[in-house]
Amino acid sequence: MVGRTKAEISAANRRRYEELRLAGQDATPKALPAATALDGAPIAPQAVISREEVPPGWYDTVRLRRGEALRIIDPLGVSSVSLIGWCEYDPSERINCADTAKVQWSAALSKGRVILSDMGRVFLSLIEDTSGAHDLLMGGSTPASALAAYGEVSRNTHENFLAAASKLGLGLRDIPPCVSFFAPVSVDAAGRFVWNAARKRPGDLVDLRAETDLVLVLSNCLHPLDPARPAAGGPITLVRHRAPPAAADDPCRTTSPEIVRAFQFTDRLYA
Amino acid sequence: MSNQSIPEPADAVYSHEVPAERPWSRLLKRGQTLRIVDIEGQQAVDALLYCAEDPAERYSAQDTMRVQGSAYVELGTRLVSNKGRIMARITADTCGRHDTSAGCCSCESNAVRFGESTKYQHACRENFILELSRYGLAKRDIVANLNFFMNVPIDPSGNFTVVDGISAGGNHVDVTVDMDVIFVISNCPQVNNPCNGFNPTPVRVLVWDPPTA
Repeated sequence: MVGRTKAEISAANRRRYEELRLAGQDATPKALPAATALDGAPIAPQAVISREEVPPGWYDTVRLRRGEALRIIDPLGVSSVSLIGWCEYDPSERINCADTAKVQWSAALSKGRVILSDMGRVFLSLIEDTSGAHDLLMGGSTPASALAAYGEVSRNTHENFLAAASKLGLGLRDIPPCVSFFAPVSVDAAGRFVWNAARKRPGDLVDLRAETDLVLVLSNCLHPLDPARPAAGGPITLVRHRAPPAAADDPCRTTSPEIVRAFQFTDRLYA
Repeated sequence: MSNQSIPEPADAVYSHEVPAERPWSRLLKRGQTLRIVDIEGQQAVDALLYCAEDPAERYSAQDTMRVQGSAYVELGTRLVSNKGRIMARITADTCGRHDTSAGCCSCESNAVRFGESTKYQHACRENFILELSRYGLAKRDIVANLNFFMNVPIDPSGNFTVVDGISAGGNHVDVTVDMDVIFVISNCPQVNNPCNGFNPTPVRVLVWDPPTA
C-alpha cells in the first residue's frame, strides 16, 4: 500500500464497504435456508442429553460444549425467551447483540444466522428455526417495564438474569444486552418498535448450536412489547442435544465472507 | 424538555478539544450539561455513562430504547441505566439522530467485518479500555454504547446499515445529567465504514454548570 494517498485509501475503503454491504443485504439473505417446518426437525432420542421445562416467569442456566445444541420450544406460542451467555472460560467474553447485527448487516435473526461474541467469535448458530421472529434490539422485561405495563413488579427477565449470574459468581456488571426468541419486534420507518403478534405460533422452536464452550441463561418472561399479561404466559421446553457435526458447506458457516472469518477465528481456539 | 436558556460557550466551566481517534472522560456533577461539538462533521462519538457512586449502574441501551419505544436517540431521549433510572437527557441536538444499537468498533470485530488486515488498527474499544482503567473499570464493564452523530438506519425487514453521517460541521448535542456520572468518550477512529466519512476528525467537549435559579 506504499505510495497511496489518504484520499486513495479512503476511496478504496469506501469501495470495500459498499461491496460488503451489497453482498450482505442482497446475496446473503437470498441464499439463507428456508425456515424449518414445525414438524421438520425431530431430534433422534439417542442424541438428547437432557430436557427441562421452565415455568412462566422463571429461568434456567445451561452449559453447552462446542458441538452441542440447545432446542428452545414455545409449545403454546405464548412465550418469549430471553438469552444471555458467556464464554465458559472467560465470562468477560459474552454475547454481543450489536456485533451480531453489524456483522450480518441485519437485526433479523433466522435459520442460517449466528450470534456473535464481543471477541469476533461465533457463540451460537441457528441451525433450525421455525419462527424467524426474534428481537435483537429492545431486550427483556425489567422491574420498571413490569410496573409500567402491569401496575406491579412481576417476575421479570432482568431479575432472572441477575439471579442466574449471581449463582455463577457473576453480577450486574456481567449482564449484556439480550436476544429474545419468539419476540416478533420490528422497527417502523420512524424508528418505533412494532409487535407483530401474528408471527407467533404454538410449537415454534429454535435450535442453537454452540460453536464454543458456553454458559447460557434463558429467561421465560413475556416480552415488554407483548400486550398479554404475565398470567397468560406458558412453559417453555429446553432440550440439550448432540447436534450433527457441521459439514464443510454448513449453511451457518458459509453465509458471507464476514461469517467465514468469524468461524476461522472461532475454530482457532480449538485448532 | 427544557426551558433552560441556551448556554453561551463563554460561560462554560470546561472546554477541551478531543483529538481525532482519542478517548476522553470526565466526572459530571448532577445538573451539569455536556456539549459535544462535531467540529468538521460526520464524526461518530462513542459514549458510555457510569453512575459515579456505584459504577455497576451504567448506561443501558436496551432500557433506553424500551423506555422510549423507539430505536434512535434524539432530542428529549432519556438515557436510562441498567437499574431503570434516568441518568441523563438529550437537551439540545442540531444533528437530529444518533445511534445506540451498533455498539463500538473493536480490533476483533473489525477483523471479522473488513478482513484480518484491519485487526491492527486502533479502535473504540481500545480507547474505552484505556480510559476506563483510570476508574478501576475494564473490558467487562464496556456495555452497548451511544454513538453520537452516527447514522444507523434499521428498516422494517431488519436491514441494519452504518451509513454516511448526517452531521454537518459545527453540529452539537447537549447531554444534561440527572446524577453524578462518569462520562466516557471514544472519538471514533474507524476508517473502514462511513461513520466518520472515512476520515476521523477532532471534536470539542464543553461543560456548563446548571443555570442558577
